[in-house]
Amino acid sequence: MADNVILQLRGITKTFPGVRALDHVDFELRRGEVHALVGENGAGKSTLMHIVGGIYRPDAGEILVGGRPVRFRSAHDAAMQGISVVYQELSLAPNLSVAENIFANRQPVRAGNLIDWSALDRRSRELLHRFHLDLSPRTLVRHLSVAQQQVIEILKAMSYRPRVLVLDEPTSSLTAADTQRLFRNMDRLKAEGTSIVYISHHLREVFQVADRVTVLRDGRHVETLPARQPSGHPGTATSRAVAGGTPAVPGGDAAASPAAGLTEDAIVKRMVGRTLGNIYGERASEIGPEYFRVEGAAAGRFSDVSLSLRRGEILGLAGLVGSGRTELARAVFGVSPLTAGRITLEGRPLRLRGAGRAIASGLGYLTEDRKGQGLFLRMSVRANCIAPGLARFADRLGLMDERRVDQFAEASRSRFDIVTPSIGQTVGNLSGGNQQKLLLAMWMGITPKVLIADEPTRGVDVGAKSEIYALLRQLAATGVGIVLISSDLLEILGLSDRILVMRQGRIAGEFPREDATEENIVACAAGVGRECPP
Amino acid sequence: MAEPELGTRQRCLARRLADQREFVLCIILLAIVGVVAVADPGVLTLDNLSAVFLALSFQAIVGIGMTNLLVSGGFDLSVGSTVGLTGAVTALALVSGVPVPAALLIGLALGAAIGLANGLIIAKIGINPFITTLGMMGIVRGLLEVITKGQNIYGLPDAFKWIGQGKLLGIQHPILICLALVVLGDLALRKFRFFRQNYYIGGSEKAAVLSGINVDRMKIFNYVLTGLLAAVAGVLMAARFGSVSVTMGKNLELQVITAVIIGGASLQGGEGTVLGALLGCILMSLIVSAMTLFNVDIYWNTLIIGATLLVAVLIDVLSKRKRSVT
Repeated sequence: MADNVILQLRGITKTFPGVRALDHVDFELRRGEVHALVGENGAGKSTLMHIVGGIYRPDAGEILVGGRPVRFRSAHDAAMQGISVVYQELSLAPNLSVAENIFANRQPVRAGNLIDWSALDRRSRELLHRFHLDLSPRTLVRHLSVAQQQVIEILKAMSYRPRVLVLDEPTSSLTAADTQRLFRNMDRLKAEGTSIVYISHHLREVFQVADRVTVLRDGRHVETLPARQPSGHPGTATSRAVAGGTPAVPGGDAAASPAAGLTEDAIVKRMVGRTLGNIYGERASEIGPEYFRVEGAAAGRFSDVSLSLRRGEILGLAGLVGSGRTELARAVFGVSPLTAGRITLEGRPLRLRGAGRAIASGLGYLTEDRKGQGLFLRMSVRANCIAPGLARFADRLGLMDERRVDQFAEASRSRFDIVTPSIGQTVGNLSGGNQQKLLLAMWMGITPKVLIADEPTRGVDVGAKSEIYALLRQLAATGVGIVLISSDLLEILGLSDRILVMRQGRIAGEFPREDATEENIVACAAGVGRECPP
Repeated sequence: MAEPELGTRQRCLARRLADQREFVLCIILLAIVGVVAVADPGVLTLDNLSAVFLALSFQAIVGIGMTNLLVSGGFDLSVGSTVGLTGAVTALALVSGVPVPAALLIGLALGAAIGLANGLIIAKIGINPFITTLGMMGIVRGLLEVITKGQNIYGLPDAFKWIGQGKLLGIQHPILICLALVVLGDLALRKFRFFRQNYYIGGSEKAAVLSGINVDRMKIFNYVLTGLLAAVAGVLMAARFGSVSVTMGKNLELQVITAVIIGGASLQGGEGTVLGALLGCILMSLIVSAMTLFNVDIYWNTLIIGATLLVAVLIDVLSKRKRSVT
């Protein structure tokens, strides 16, 4: 085996009851490289990394670290071999401080095994400073935003100075600034000799940061390709996979072009086994007249917000994390109080207190937190399908019509292409993409007049994304206006007819589709340059 | 298992039956009855069996409300105290000359009021159910001790005692009332949309809120119902025994929770049926009776009940773990 290979997986196979997650997968990580791992949900990326991290044991195959075969009986064994994994699910203790979380279980001690608080403080500050993080080590983790928590999770893994660092979807909750900071820190670790495995659904990041990329599909290794010309500098992505192409994002230093011929399209094709073309689709029907207005809405995190929506229109709502979009959505939907503002639908003012009234009035809300607030993970697919519209499945006496429920659930399953062995399957067992499709099925099932979709494709692979976009387009074609809240700029640009940008709780600017570009949206959201002056 | 699995024709019948806690419990109950019958056939008389059922009927009535509450993710430690206080207040009213129907109403209203207090504190103020009902347990039991000054209450009118001691078609009233309420309760929880909401609340409270369920209102209702059913049991017990003691209902809450969990409910919420709760009560009673039959020391009771609870939950957890993909 080559001397510069730090981690090698050969013929790894892993089977769970009913599904072969990994089928003779080979994977090789070279010293000092950033190796991206991509694939659809269910392709096996997370399973493979759970094996690397010692959480699962492979049914067949071998793992070699630094050329020597190893067997992990636990995560601890993997850590001892210098492997540090940051999983998607956060594992921080919310009631402890940043410092205590970073050094969890390895707090510096003094005589008598007592925790040396001043050393803990000092070493945490050094670490935070080294990675350019403006946080106090004493802050309790529960006071941090999800984005900040994710950063601490990564810092925790980096503090082990591992030989191999695995990052599983590290940027799903991060702002653009945090992401760039993460990439710079990854560069530093690379320079110090750490090798990094980087799993992401965001293919543009792959081009920015990876040296090589491996594609998995259905538990098998499809191909490993070089991701960039050997120039070594972090570059900017230049991908034109989206029809109607958006210009390249400016900024960054010496641009390194992706390896000859490698585009997002090419990677996607290997991931799904077919070309997806323009996943955002095209508008299928005319936009109607205005029928939904919000005027002067205000609450804790936003003020003076006004917007209007026309029938069949997709209104994108862009903004940085923390700009108040979700808070606005929840207030419009009636689950959090509005201190000021008027909402009118089809000319009638809505007095919304509670989701029940909102639903009855014709509003629908797809939450950004599908696991914690959107779905009932311990219940079945059929039970979830009918949740927002429970009353429609009861007869005059209030008895549930189970047959109608079954019919509706089966129809939803096929229409939304939800992959599940049966409608009785527990929802927690579905993949992320199918869970999201189920959430969409729940809310499209009540035939809303207005749908607020908050991050409808977060954590969803590209195949399921294109399905969800098609479904949203279908909904719009029936005359339903959609407010699309998303942190994925390409998604907003690809789907929206009009884009509003929120900044620090206010509407900062509005762009019709033709005028919107990544640069002006980002500039407006961040309040820089000449776009949308404050 | 989750909410009553109705209408799914996917898995084979045997496997689906095995998933149903009620079915498994029935098998176990029949097995115990079988063993007892072999050991001493004379024990299986209608008289003996109805004596066993009579003793557990009060528990089962409380269990109806507790099941509904557990399904919604709630928890009530104060039911035992409520049983005692409502029985005592009704008895005191009767002894002071209040006519029977009015005295009954007072007792039931008191139970509902205690439930309302629990519900308001838990739903509106937000103190967790364990602490709220733990405190209420003490307050209510304390009230009972204060108003009775530790003395038993005797001299209840015959018309009242008839409610608890009378028979209809050869079956004692408490058993009939219990069965009627259990049937109603099971149907309500299994089939009605109104009660189905509790499964969603127990499944995920936040998702239930976003799905348009009025969670606060349901929670308050659930606690009122629990208090009301505890009052029914309390009044019935007073009528049955013809007297009320300060310790009436003590430890009842733990027995009921144990039975309800054996019957399939989970402390997390989202699971359970009233039928299962009844079967859990019957199982616990039968085990105690069987032990008496086999001359096992009565001191083993507590241990065996505790062990039954753990075994039931263990089996459930292990079978769930095998079925889900990690």
